[in-house]
Order: sequence, then C-alpha cells, then structure tokens
Amino acid sequence: MPLAYYIGLSAVMFILGIMGVLLRRNALVVFMSLELIFNSANLLFITFASYYQLLAGQIMVFFVMTVAAAEVAVGLALMVEIFRTKNTINIDQMSQMKG
Amino acid sequence: MTINDLNTILPLVVLAGWSVVVLLADLWIPKDRKGWTAALSAVGLVVVLGLTLARGGTVQKAFFGTVLVDGFALYLDIIFLVGGLAGIALAYDYLKRMELERGEYYPLLLIAISGMMLMTYANDLIIVFLALELLSLPLYIMAGFARFNLQSEEAALKYFLLGSFASGLVLYGVALLFGASGHTDLPGLVNTMRAGTGNQALFLFGAALLLVGFSFKTGIVPFHMWMPDVYQGAPSPATAFMSVGAKAAGFAALMRVFVTVFPSLSDDLTPILWALAAITMVVGNVLAISQKNIKRLLAYSSIAQSGYLLMAFVPYANAEVSSDSIAAMLFYLLAYTLTTFGAWAVIIQMEQQERRGLEVADYAGLGKRHPWLGLAMTIFMLSFTGVPLTLGFWGKFYLFSTAVEGGFVGLALIGLLTSVVSAFYYLRVVVVMYMQPGDPPVKQNRWVNLTALLAAAVVVGLAFIPGSVLDLALQAVLQLQ
Amino acid sequence: MLVEYIPLLIIFLLAFFVALVVQGLGAGFGPRRPTERKGQPYESGMVPYGPGTRRISVRYYLVAVLFILFDIEAIFILPWAVVYRDLGVSGLVLMIVFIFILEAAFVYAWKKGALEWE
Repeated sequence: MPLAYYIGLSAVMFILGIMGVLLRRNALVVFMSLELIFNSANLLFITFASYYQLLAGQIMVFFVMTVAAAEVAVGLALMVEIFRTKNTINIDQMSQMKG
Repeated sequence: MTINDLNTILPLVVLAGWSVVVLLADLWIPKDRKGWTAALSAVGLVVVLGLTLARGGTVQKAFFGTVLVDGFALYLDIIFLVGGLAGIALAYDYLKRMELERGEYYPLLLIAISGMMLMTYANDLIIVFLALELLSLPLYIMAGFARFNLQSEEAALKYFLLGSFASGLVLYGVALLFGASGHTDLPGLVNTMRAGTGNQALFLFGAALLLVGFSFKTGIVPFHMWMPDVYQGAPSPATAFMSVGAKAAGFAALMRVFVTVFPSLSDDLTPILWALAAITMVVGNVLAISQKNIKRLLAYSSIAQSGYLLMAFVPYANAEVSSDSIAAMLFYLLAYTLTTFGAWAVIIQMEQQERRGLEVADYAGLGKRHPWLGLAMTIFMLSFTGVPLTLGFWGKFYLFSTAVEGGFVGLALIGLLTSVVSAFYYLRVVVVMYMQPGDPPVKQNRWVNLTALLAAAVVVGLAFIPGSVLDLALQAVLQLQ
Repeated sequence: MLVEYIPLLIIFLLAFFVALVVQGLGAGFGPRRPTERKGQPYESGMVPYGPGTRRISVRYYLVAVLFILFDIEAIFILPWAVVYRDLGVSGLVLMIVFIFILEAAFVYAWKKGALEWE
C-alpha cells in the first residue's frame, strides 16, 4: 500500500486527538485523545521504520508505549484524587483559581 | 554498551540510582523523621555535583552517539543540581508546616533532575523525548502534592493534561523529522539538512511542532494559559523548582536542537520566533500588572522572562551572532535561577496555613519588621526588573545586545519598553514592603533563610564580575557547534 | 498496490454472507416461544441479581494501574530474550539491573500497602 495512506491515517488520528483535547470537557476523554496523539505518532514511526528499513523507528515505539503507560498511571491517579474531592472531572469546573 | 559509556554519564547514573535508593530508604524512615530523606537526597545531589565538576566540559559521546556530554551540558547541569539543592532547602520546612510531609517529594525531585540532566546530554531526538517525559512526570506529581487541596489537585491535572499535550506534539514532530530524513540522531539530521536530501515540508512541520511543544513547556504566549493556575495551585517549593527546572530544560532542548539542526529553516522560522517573543513579552508583562496574588504575579513574570529569553534566540541561525546569543541565554538562565529561588524563599516564609499570606498586600511592613528579608526581596525584584547592580541587569543587557547585534532592533525596543512596564509591578511589591504599615507573620526557617540570603548575595556579587560569568557561558557554547 | 488486497475483501464479504445466512435460517425456521425466564439476562446459568450497571470499586483501579506498569516492561524483556546470547555478559548484567529497578518499584508498592485489598 502506498506510504501516503499510512501518513494520511496517522494525520487524521493526530488531528482527531488535537480536536479531542481542545473541544472535549471530560478529563478522561481528553486523556484518551492524548493517547490518540501518541499512537498517531507511533503509527508514523512504524511506517517510516518499514519505509527506510530502519529499526530505530520501532525501538522508539517501545519507548513511547512505556512512557504512555507511566503517563496513564500518573494521570489516572490525579483524576481519581480530584474525583474524590470534587465528584466531577469536568475541566470546565476546574475554576478554583482566577485572575 | 561498555563501561566507558556508563562512565561518560556517571553523574546521571549515580543520580538516578540514588533516587531509587532514597525512595526505598524512605519506606523505613519513621514519619516524624522525614528530614533524613531530605538530607539523604541533598547528600546525593552534592556528590553528583562533585562528579559533574570533576568530569569537566570535555566532549564525550556515548551509547552510539545518542548521548553527548560537553560544556553546554556541564553549565546547565550545575544550574539544575544547585537548583535541586535549593529545592530541597525550600521544601523541607514548608512541607512539614503545611502537613504535606511525605518522603516521596525528594526522590521525585531527584528523578526530575535526572530528566533535566538527560535533556542537556541529548544528541538524539529519542533521548530528547525520554528526557522530556522523565522530567515532566515527577513535576506533575509534585504540583499535586497537596492532596485534598482542590487548588493543588486542579493545578496538577491542568499541568498534566497540557504537559502531556505538549509532549504529544513534540513526539509527533520527532516522528515527522524521522520521516523526513530517516534519522533521529542530531548529526544525521544535520547531514540530511546540509545535503538537502530530506523532505523539506516534513522538516518544516516537524520543526514547527517541536517549537510549539517546547513553547508549552517554557510558557511562551499563546501556549502559556496553564502557567498562572499551575504556579498558583502547586505547593510553593514545587512551583519554585518547576519554574526554574522545566523552563531551563525546555530552552536547553530548543538551543541544542534548533541551533544544530535547523539553521537552514530560519527563513520560515525567524518571523514566527520574532512574533512569539514580542507577544510573550507584551502579554506576560501587561497581565502581571493586575495580579494581586504574588504567586500569580510571579507566574506572569516568568512568562515575560521566557519572552526575553526567546528574544535572544530569534537570530539563532545567524552563525556570527548565534554563539553570543546562546551565551546570553545561558547567562540569563543563571540570573533567572538565582533570582527565582531567592524570591520564592521569601514567599515560602510568608505563606501561612490555608494559602493565606500570598497577596501582595500581605507584604506590608515586611521591610521594616524583617529588614534582611525585605532587603533580599528588594534585590530580587530589582534583578527581575533589570536594574543595574544586580545580575538581572547584566542578563537583560546581554540579551538585548545580542538581539540588536542580530539586527532585531525593533524587538529589543519592545523588550526595553516592556521592561519599563515590568518595573511597575515589581516595584509595587517593594513599595508595599517599605511604605505601608503592617506586621506580617513570618515563619522563619534557617534553610529557607539561607537560600534567600545566599541567592541575594550571589545576585549582587556576580553583578560585579559579569564578564567572567559570560566567559563561562561562552566556553559552554563553543562546544555546542 | 491495492489489487493485492482483493482476497481480503473477498473474505470479508464471505464472512458477512455466511453470518447473514446463519442468522437468517435461525430467525426463519427456529421455534419462538419466549417465557419470562428466557427473557432474563444470561448470567452463566445463575439467577441474575442486582442491577446490571453497578459501579466497580475504585480499588480495582490501583490493581489495574500496577498491572499495566509492570506488564508494559515485558516489551523490553521480550526482544532482549531473543538476542540475549549475542549480547553476552553485559546484556545479562544490564537486564538484571533493569529487573532490580522494577523490583524496587514493586517493594515500594508492597510496603505502601498497594497490594492489600482492605
């Protein structure tokens, strides 16, 4: 299949991720959109790794997956904490600080 | 992978290993003895500082060229390690006083510093990304360290969401650069750029995404929205540490990657950088004027400082100016670090339970009741403004002169005008301290006091020998190219 | 080229067609005598109890996150295992260091009581 298809799919995922981060109000959904961005980059790495016949791209994906797991741990912990005190994770209601 | 590789990055290995040791040791340290954890971490930082200085600035590559140790890394590592020591000094008493004392704070700090040091070593975009995450993740947790305090939790969540967003953009940029050239290592990217064989459109997109990602991290308008809330909500010692560490690491990555790899994209990038620098200086300084909360005030001030730093970065592609401009940025980062830690040391002593004592109005009478603290705070405010006889003056002087040298007189003029504006809100703090009556309750602690007074002394002391500091910075830069 | 993927398309169509036929035969010829018991949700032969959309205890989250964190490290161990003969002693030592760091995290989680259910 032509390279452009993979790049196109990755670009669509990336744009969807960005729109999700900017438009959605539920922190969990925003977080899922972030994962979408990470995975769109992963797809791009794999695509170019196979295109150039280079292992570096595949190794990068390993690192990204590990990092994403670490982010999940931190992010979910923060969300659970904030849900306990506030009973919502809607980011529009995060308005303790103004100025 | 040989012993030589490990030896090259020995300070980093020791620091990362030590953070694991401290994390485990803390499990057996009783709750009322968390000072031991702090002391252990500080000892580790001192040892690593010694190792870093002992190794010096000789250029060494390791791990198949993915890691590069040089004078540039040495200079910034010293800033990070000293900043870490200051971070521990500021945190210990504060955490105890605010009933937040948990031993994890210190290992997290060490891990964040490991990430920052790795960022200065990075000679491969994979390492840049890993270092970015390694320094960011602990900072997210530190921002939310005040559990069950809604402000702190909100700050942490905002920082986490926008920080991860920035990391995602950087990652996608790296992927595009990899696609454009088949390289993630900086020398390989440089060669492809020079030969002109890579895909230019992908290169430009990738570079732009990296720029946006690092702009988030360093707080450049219009990617700054998270900063005031995060600075205000996070526990003050964590704010102090992140305002220095995250910013310096972000600029380190910008300098390393852009100066080495992207000079040929300058036709497209220079106008963007120009606009970003100008708008950051203006917005940061203007919005700071109306702030009543000192933490928010310093947040906007920090945004403005990013603008000044970025101003010197605009002529990055001009080979004649770029080493001067990087040296000026390194110099300013030093001045910014010292001034910031000093100012936060005063703020931390002023902060009371339940986030009282954080309004500018609360500083009334500080100058008369506690003359030393008042004097120190005055010095920091003057240094932020850039008044002569402080290190901040020389920092701004070098930044402005490189901007003029690079032919961006208009930008330097905007910088000068906004500096005048900034005097308004910095000096307001001084005026409130000395001119208005009051008796602020100050929670003195010798370590915090030591940080404040030491920082004040160095800010004034180094202002008499700016030339030798700049020489150090210049030596650091010579090895960058 | 895209032509290479035509067999895949054929399999998709075939699978869809088979599923359609099986469902259609069942719906067309099978007897249909609904009772109250048959209409209930299927819970492996048990009599269903409680609402179907209960909240799951938040403690599962801690277990799940720990699982993800320790599970994802396997992606570093697996490629290492494939080539570990070529890596020699240094590869073995490095992997031991890696596992020890993981163990440190495990000890931390254990001592902090993250593995206790109550």
